[in-house]
Amino acid sequence: MDEPLNLVLFSGTDDKLQAAAVLTAGAAALGKPVNVFLQYWALEAFRRDRIERDHGLAPEAGVDGRRHVDDLRRAGQVSWADTLRQAKDLGEVDIQACSLSMDLLAIEEQDLDPLVDGVEGVTAFYLNAGQGQLVFI
Amino acid sequence: MTVLEIAARVDARGLSCPMPIVKTAQAVKPLAPGALVEVLATDPGSERDFVAWSRATGHELVERSVDGATHRFVIRRK
Repeated sequence: MDEPLNLVLFSGTDDKLQAAAVLTAGAAALGKPVNVFLQYWALEAFRRDRIERDHGLAPEAGVDGRRHVDDLRRAGQVSWADTLRQAKDLGEVDIQACSLSMDLLAIEEQDLDPLVDGVEGVTAFYLNAGQGQLVFI
Repeated sequence: MTVLEIAARVDARGLSCPMPIVKTAQAVKPLAPGALVEVLATDPGSERDFVAWSRATGHELVERSVDGATHRFVIRRK
């Protein structure tokens, strides 16, 4: 259980971020360290002033998908941001912003939600990833 | 039948994956070794999840039962 789980988050829609948050919390509950690397639209979704907003769904969701997600939310499913906060309380979860994406989207570190622990490049991410599995979402 | 002394209870009914496990892991953390936690969950995946979580973490699954859609687990902290 010592090798970390490494998640690269690229997509910024709520369904994909929710799926990533579930994978993170599950690993944290097992005592597995998790490294999360935020790129492009996923990073955009972690902006302090936008994190709790509606970020839409992936194109394959369609109208039915929207309805199912809304039903789940009404039934009390917590947001992906809350799921990540609980995962961080529970275990070793490190969330880093990709420095290239920060430049590309003109985001400063102070623009990001406190869930984000810092900014790093891809080399540091690979180094910390060790021999653990890598998932791209 | 021995009556088990429950140190903490987790009501995860109505919560979807992975919240039943997350809430249980949070509840187990501050307890003394050997303390018991009772969990109620309705997530259909919780049966397999609790067995796997117990195996991976070493917290013993002392009891499990199901009543309709509600799963009940008793866990002994490692």
